[in-house]
Amino acid sequence: MKRVKIAVLLICVFLVSSVVAQQKLVIGFTVSKTGALNVDSLEQYRGFELWRDQTNAAGGIKAGGKSYQIELVNYDDESNSKRVQQLYTRMILQDKADFLFSPYSSSLTATAAVVTEQYGKIMLTSGAAEGKTYTLGNHFLYQMFAPGAEYFKGALDMLKAKDPKATVAFVYEDASFSVSVVNPAKDYAKQIGFNVGFSEAYPPNTTDFSAIIDKVISSKATVLLGGGHYADGSTLARQLEGHKVPLKMITLLVAPDSPQWVELGDAGLGVIVPSQWEPQVAFKAQYGPSGADFAKAYTAKYNTPPSYESAGGYACGLILQRAIEQAGGTDTAKVSAALNATDIVTFYGRTRFATEANQHGLQVGHAMILAQWQKDKTGKLVKQVVWPLAAKSADLKYPIH
Amino acid sequence: MIDGLLVGAVYGLAAMGLSLIWGVMDVINLTHGAMIALGMFGMYLFFTATAANPYVLLLPILAIGLLLGILVYWMAVHWVLGRSQLMSLLSTFSVNMMVIGIGTALWSTSPYNVNFTLKGITVGAYTFTGNHIAAACSALIIALLLELFLYRTRMGRAIRAVADNREAAELMGISSTAVLAIAFGIGIALALGSGALVSTLFPFTILSGAIYQLKSFVVTVLAGLGKPLGALAAGVLLGLLEGAVTPFIAVSWIPLIEFGLFVVVLILFPRGIFGRATA
Amino acid sequence: MIFKRPSFWLTFLLAAVFVYLPLRANDAALREDLILVAVAIILVSNLNLMIGYTGYVNFGHIVFYGLGGYVGLYLVSVRGWHLPSAAVAAGIFVSICALLFGLGVLRLRGAYFALATVGILVAVHAFVSNFDPWGRSTGMYLPFEAYEPLGGAMHALWVTYYLVIAVMTLSMILSLVIKRSKFGLGLFAIREDEDAAVVLGINATVYKAIIYSVSAFLPAVAGALMFYKNGMIDPSIAFEYMLSIEGIVMLMLGGQGTVIGAAMGAGLYERLRSYLLTSPRLSNFHLVIAGGLLLVVVLFASSGLIGWLYKFVPRSREVIE
Repeated sequence: MKRVKIAVLLICVFLVSSVVAQQKLVIGFTVSKTGALNVDSLEQYRGFELWRDQTNAAGGIKAGGKSYQIELVNYDDESNSKRVQQLYTRMILQDKADFLFSPYSSSLTATAAVVTEQYGKIMLTSGAAEGKTYTLGNHFLYQMFAPGAEYFKGALDMLKAKDPKATVAFVYEDASFSVSVVNPAKDYAKQIGFNVGFSEAYPPNTTDFSAIIDKVISSKATVLLGGGHYADGSTLARQLEGHKVPLKMITLLVAPDSPQWVELGDAGLGVIVPSQWEPQVAFKAQYGPSGADFAKAYTAKYNTPPSYESAGGYACGLILQRAIEQAGGTDTAKVSAALNATDIVTFYGRTRFATEANQHGLQVGHAMILAQWQKDKTGKLVKQVVWPLAAKSADLKYPIH
Repeated sequence: MIDGLLVGAVYGLAAMGLSLIWGVMDVINLTHGAMIALGMFGMYLFFTATAANPYVLLLPILAIGLLLGILVYWMAVHWVLGRSQLMSLLSTFSVNMMVIGIGTALWSTSPYNVNFTLKGITVGAYTFTGNHIAAACSALIIALLLELFLYRTRMGRAIRAVADNREAAELMGISSTAVLAIAFGIGIALALGSGALVSTLFPFTILSGAIYQLKSFVVTVLAGLGKPLGALAAGVLLGLLEGAVTPFIAVSWIPLIEFGLFVVVLILFPRGIFGRATA
Repeated sequence: MIFKRPSFWLTFLLAAVFVYLPLRANDAALREDLILVAVAIILVSNLNLMIGYTGYVNFGHIVFYGLGGYVGLYLVSVRGWHLPSAAVAAGIFVSICALLFGLGVLRLRGAYFALATVGILVAVHAFVSNFDPWGRSTGMYLPFEAYEPLGGAMHALWVTYYLVIAVMTLSMILSLVIKRSKFGLGLFAIREDEDAAVVLGINATVYKAIIYSVSAFLPAVAGALMFYKNGMIDPSIAFEYMLSIEGIVMLMLGGQGTVIGAAMGAGLYERLRSYLLTSPRLSNFHLVIAGGLLLVVVLFASSGLIGWLYKFVPRSREVIE
């Protein structure tokens, strides 16, 4: 009799433990492992990875009495929108992803959004600042990055304080992200009284900027704002240096935030980048790790400091995790409601989503930072925060030459 | 403007290879773009391995081009020579696809750079990068060498004879197959050489050759077939045209203008503006 | 008369299979695979009209598909049209464009024509990249509510699938009808020897212009349907040069000049391509294999699979065409 009781007890324990056993949460996204976006996309991917590793190590996401182990499913989209469509469809239909993260870049994200909306799945977007995607009438998109219209405002305000008579030139990639940044910036520049001497968009994948640089020189512009992503931004900076263009300030999108920027040497010195996050800016985190802890863990794992793409990626995971906890489960409608109600400060800054139908999911809580590459006392190139003034780690160097 | 002239010399070099093959054996070589891209990677590999002067590294690259060209000739061109021109289009295109496929597998489509900078020359507000100047000079030297080869050496004369009239050349004892293979090899070598020079100017991927292939077609059609110096001149002309037009319109209209030009010239002069070198 | 041809019934059988299979299992993943095959068949069947029937190799065929996509998406997203009328309008607009392009380039022969069609593709790509109303390099995105008239996105995807199958059937029937007509005979004469055909009284200029324009219509309609399904379009995905060439590979593989051959080549190649692209190890070799296949076909089997079939089973020539 005693043996039967032990057997029954063991069976009960076994049954109970399998009920409390780990559930799986599948999150799908594509990474641009190859193609022009590979540098920036990898940094975003590492943010996702670090979040997954830390959360799973702590027992997974705990909601509604269950705990979920995160499984990341990803494919190489080759920086190509057709692949994005095929792969997101595949992840939803065949890999049975519960939630999606975006690819890197506004254009690829807009493509992915079509698929996730068609199938009614929640997608958190990072690495995608363009605001137009959120005006198309979506239900399940959530943007982590501050929208494009914010990017150059700080740079222009800073410039106005230093040199209100500057002639401004815009040289930017003809793609959704850069266009969404430059168009509002042009209006703002004129509004605060700048002379916009020259403005031209170059086709994506341009490698020869000499014609456009010649035009910048003839326009006698002293300040240049623009760029796009790492490949074109770094090439543009190199060629500006090669042509010895006499600019007092250069602000480029995305590219200068990558740790790889140091490879440019002198061509990269003095360049400013509008950033979604920098390690020097310390927010008081109401949820998740502090900025210092995040940077430390990231550097320890990848031997390189985090860029704002990595921070955005990690923050995507954090915000989704919190929403699942608040919703008590992974049901799309409940998690969506939880995301709509989100208004919280993490190491990344404040996160709040617009909930009106005509701009659902647009990021309205997050503010931009400006960082500039300067030489430290040892002559090494380091990124310093120069704006907002309350958070700066060094003074703006103007002019740069 | 001067930038256009300098880059144009490289366009001309690229086109010379296409023009030579087209003129000599009436084959439109659709591997041209892939070969230009291979030249870019060839320079990258040699440069990162040896850190030698890129303009010296041109020599082994040209030699490899010659051998590669002969190989491609035997693989895809020799067997389709008698058949319709379209068959050679398709066979050379198939080699193009294979090269691009292998290149993508090896190097993906992420951009590569050859990090070599020569000091430039500054005139007033404008600086001309040293790399551009060196590339243009190299292109000019190679073009002159080719011209010398075609008009002063036995093999060169044999090539021109076969281009003129293959049967008559064979009657005179010239082994046309060997000559054709070598001519093809030279054409490919020129493509690789131009790619190698371009790699010192801009970042590139295995797909970068395509835009130079299309410019080569425009140049070849403008210059007429089989004339190397004509191709160089037409290349420089195209570069100047680009340089002249860009101050007035956005850079992104350039491909449209070039290819519009290409189609118009083909329609008005179905055999090239200056006609073919052979009947 | 056409109803007596076995290929006519084979076409409907094929369409029925395409409709039935995914519907029975309510399998959206299978539907996604099959729609790609159907689009390949549409493109290749219409390409066959130029290459197989008339002997003019069109290297830039995909430009019709991309332009159709742009016109269709523009009409639906900006002008608020319904999908079927937008698709038909796209077809008509692109056919007229083809007629205009054709007037220019059809006087070129052989390889020069082929190169000029590439020039057209590149020129249209560059133009669209600069064209503001169509979103320049960024392209156009469909607002999500555009799927409402068809019953919401999920339902709209199925409806689009059926429409594409219908276009596929029409493409094959069209090929068959032309092949069996006097007009078709004229095209074959042009293919064999254009100058002789002209001497015999065939107005080659008119014939060529008509077939070039006709070969643009259904691909443009298909483009409008597919890009509606994709919800967005931009120049880099609308005008993919490689797709144009793969169309030629598919046609040569299956057997140019035949209706079933075009479908077979398209179907087989598309399955091969899908398999290669999703296999993690082989995806980079897709182009190598495609190129190798083309080379083998050009060197050794320029009549394709159907030609090979005709050789071994001569009776099949009457049945499979």
